[in-house]
Amino acid sequence: MSIPMNSEQVLDREYLEIRGKILEVAASLDRLDRADGDVTQDPRMALMHQGLQITLQSNDAHSDSRAKQIQLLFSREYADSWRQEFEL
Amino acid sequence: MDYFDPHIHMVSRTTDDYETLAKMGCVGMSEPAFWAGFDRGSVDSFRDYFHQLTDFEPKRAAQYGIQHFTWLCINAKEAENVELSREVIAMIPEFLDRSNVLGIGEIGLNKNTKNESTIFLEHMELAIQYNQQILIHTPHLEDKYQGTRMILDMLTSDSRIDPTRVLVDHVEEHTAAEVLDRGFWAGMTLYPITKCTPQRAVDIIEMCGGERLLVNSAGDWGPSKPTAVPDLILEMRRREHSEELIRKVVYDNPIEFFSQSENFNFRPRD
Repeated sequence: MSIPMNSEQVLDREYLEIRGKILEVAASLDRLDRADGDVTQDPRMALMHQGLQITLQSNDAHSDSRAKQIQLLFSREYADSWRQEFEL
Repeated sequence: MDYFDPHIHMVSRTTDDYETLAKMGCVGMSEPAFWAGFDRGSVDSFRDYFHQLTDFEPKRAAQYGIQHFTWLCINAKEAENVELSREVIAMIPEFLDRSNVLGIGEIGLNKNTKNESTIFLEHMELAIQYNQQILIHTPHLEDKYQGTRMILDMLTSDSRIDPTRVLVDHVEEHTAAEVLDRGFWAGMTLYPITKCTPQRAVDIIEMCGGERLLVNSAGDWGPSKPTAVPDLILEMRRREHSEELIRKVVYDNPIEFFSQSENFNFRPRD
């Protein structure tokens, strides 16, 4: 299903919202830097950095959307052997 | 626009919320049984809860012209207690002929454990035995993808389950397509931080289409917004989607899905 609005209309409508969200992420990372202690080795930091890298990728026709890729990045893995492991 | 909230926990909301929802166009709702915020100690606690869902809440809703329906189960979080879960499952048939009961739900997984899976399968058996529809809770955050896949495994491995009579709820970008592709109905929950925003829900509608897709607020005792469905309606209008598509998602689809239940005696407004 297509989006009724064209890309220029979407950008016009969402530019300030996107700008604001980028600023919020930047400010959150600054806050982490200003706080005492060091969380650079926390695995959640690596996940956030990977998530930010995904947002900068360009979508092509064969790739999942950025949102889906980020959802999967923050997900536990699924193994189809789970029923044998649970003996169910 | 009249709309239907197919997943909202009104036992946790005030009567003022009923009034607000009615003013915003809500004409019907379905309330799955869920976790009260604490683990209940006995089957009688659930019996009282089911009385509330089948007697008190429909009356409270009716004062504002809203028709209230419900689903019964022991939720995934308390399913970790297998002994209590089996007592509740054995008691549920006492309530299945109540006039607002649509089926078994919201059953599902929480932390994707063996006990949760065991009780999920036993709820499935109950639904099959009594020819009930099923409403399913999928887990939160990092557990959602794995748990949704496990739930789909259990459902699709049993040929007695008709996917057109099952609603898999709380889908997001990484689970919606698979649920729909396997023939199930899918519900999106508009929930701050942990689930879907109205904007992302409309994205999913644009990517998956409007067929077999529902949207709900899941308003409950936690941070949630019972008027989230009108937020989605507004977002769809801002994006210039047709009134026909909006109505399909927030009104026609829930009614089509629920109409498969014998107890769904919904009366549209004139």
